[in-house]
Amino acid sequence: MAIFIDETSRVIVQGMTGSEGQKHTRRMLASGTSIVGGVNPRKAGSTVEFTYSDGAGAPGAATVPVFGSVADAMAATGADVSVVFVPPAFTKAAVMEAVDAGIGLVVIITEGVPVADTAEFFSYARAAGVRLIGPNCPGLISPAASNVGIIPADIAGSGPIGLVSKSGTLTYQMMYELRDLGFSTAIGIGGDPIIGTTHIDALAAFEADPNTEVIVLIGEIGGDAEERAAAFVQASVTKPVVGYVAGFTAPEGKTMGHAGAIVSGSSGTAQAKKEALEAAGVAVGKTPSETAALVRALVTR
Amino acid sequence: MDLFEHQARDIFEKHGVPVLRGIVATTPAQARAAALELLPADGGVVVVKAQVKTGGRGKAGGVKLARSADEAESVAAQILGMDIKGHTVHRVMVAEGARIEEEYYFSLLLDRAERRYLAMASVEGGVEIEQLAVERPEALARVAVDPRVGIDAAKAAEIVAAAGFADDVAPAVADIAQRLWDVYRSEDATLVEVNPLVRTADGAVIALDGKVTLDENAGFRHPDHEGLVDAEAADPLEAKAKAAGLNYVKLDGEVGIIGNGAGLVMSTLDVVAYAGEAHGGVRPANFLDIGGGASAEVMAAGLDVILNDPQVLSVFVNVFGGITACDAVANGIVKALEILGEAETKPLVVRLDGNNVAEGRRILREAAHPLVVLADTMDGGADRAAEIAYAATQA
Repeated sequence: MAIFIDETSRVIVQGMTGSEGQKHTRRMLASGTSIVGGVNPRKAGSTVEFTYSDGAGAPGAATVPVFGSVADAMAATGADVSVVFVPPAFTKAAVMEAVDAGIGLVVIITEGVPVADTAEFFSYARAAGVRLIGPNCPGLISPAASNVGIIPADIAGSGPIGLVSKSGTLTYQMMYELRDLGFSTAIGIGGDPIIGTTHIDALAAFEADPNTEVIVLIGEIGGDAEERAAAFVQASVTKPVVGYVAGFTAPEGKTMGHAGAIVSGSSGTAQAKKEALEAAGVAVGKTPSETAALVRALVTR
Repeated sequence: MDLFEHQARDIFEKHGVPVLRGIVATTPAQARAAALELLPADGGVVVVKAQVKTGGRGKAGGVKLARSADEAESVAAQILGMDIKGHTVHRVMVAEGARIEEEYYFSLLLDRAERRYLAMASVEGGVEIEQLAVERPEALARVAVDPRVGIDAAKAAEIVAAAGFADDVAPAVADIAQRLWDVYRSEDATLVEVNPLVRTADGAVIALDGKVTLDENAGFRHPDHEGLVDAEAADPLEAKAKAAGLNYVKLDGEVGIIGNGAGLVMSTLDVVAYAGEAHGGVRPANFLDIGGGASAEVMAAGLDVILNDPQVLSVFVNVFGGITACDAVANGIVKALEILGEAETKPLVVRLDGNNVAEGRRILREAAHPLVVLADTMDGGADRAAEIAYAATQA
């Protein structure tokens, strides 16, 4: 078991024929993901050959068909997840197409999507009951079952930890620190001001997932998502939660890499987030390694 | 990107939001000429306003009335060059005066938590809005705006009613609300704020001061926004990094930082500051995310920026190879050191983990550059870099 994706997930790739899409489709296949198609209206009817021998799974090869639309791909393959690699200017249309086709989950890897576009397609997806993850995120992995996005599959295997983070490389770092324990699902929700799946959504899913024992919540400066997550933990999460917040040294008014990572006045500071989490009973590590030690103590108990 | 008031004024005007005439001046003589153009023949005033991207200009003495061109010239001379909360005043806007009867507030912004937009309005404008929100929240109307609908006539009427605008100004405010939505949507703004929105003695409703933040991710569909960038304000190192396509923020410490991925780099800064507590309180000198690629050229450009910061005494390179392979990063470092040659004079602590790490470490060991120190862990590398920087301060 895992959250949002598992071994039954049938995944299509919007933007599979582009260079990023092609590179990561191969990596997803190599880690055992069931990639059933790609979408490109100009290349409908063609196929793309992939061979791989460097993934977490067995070496192999795959011939992936390209469809003209998400709807065609779903009709032909029974796909239930789409992962989006199209450039920022085309992301809104791609996501809305996937929503219109009635797919259940859309994972948007693309970085640099205008926030107005995200606000619009999120509103559209919410009305249709479609879950979005991202944009500007590394995607998610349920090790040994499915890997949707760009998270390296060889960092850690499956295990009892559920991880949710705004940051990609910090997700990798934390998976690496805890590679001996393993993960039910690790999900990078993205660092943009508006994102489809929040810390709270992931916490609720991990709480309901019988294979998740301990939840790791990684946050960073900007907004108040961590404060809201803290309130949710206090009210609705019975499993132990360990937190980490990045950006204590970030100056006010500067965007730190992620579009949403900015301290405005006294709001959005790492200190405020840490205090809110601790007040909700979440142990918060000062460094990634200290955070990992806190998790380890809870799992081996 | 935050805009200056005069830039916001121009954008408002372009979208039909009523504003007063205003002319930018960078010298007292220009301010004089602007005042001559704006002052009515029968007397009246102009307002000389410091153009800085921070609040509290009035209190700091950055906004002054002038009744003549002479006076405009002399107050401009006082204001130009003034420091307001760390911002040097390089230009003023000379604006028409207005006889203000009432002051209101209006803004449109992102509601990150609800993932839509929020319109805020109050008939008690001209004050610090954060203060109003805390002290008298009932005086600040907050109305949700659906990103797919925006502010149409019905939504504008809802906002105006919620804020309690009087009947004589309600239609004008509702019209302005729709025009500000047009600014927000068609310019890809993430914040549009008018404080104050005023009613003048002759009954007109005018945006007297404006604050606009534009979404840099939407730059591809707004080539004209490039012209709004304030090149003067950028730190020279930040400008150099930006020209090289690097994501860099200058800080005040002694330990230069290079990493991959925004979250990991932020975390690296924190871990260095934490390690620095045991080493004389040294702090991170910058944020620099070299992203996924980490080619030799990117690494060299990054190192070049950091080594040009005279405050930097040591550098910590912290890379977790996810998509990026550590051997490519190691080759990047080796080549970057070749490119920089004699320019590289500061110790470089390198921590690599993840994809192909054994090969990456082997490459660095074999290169045996005298200034490169290998670290096994992120904590260990941060500690070593802090220790070296502190030792240099004692030398």
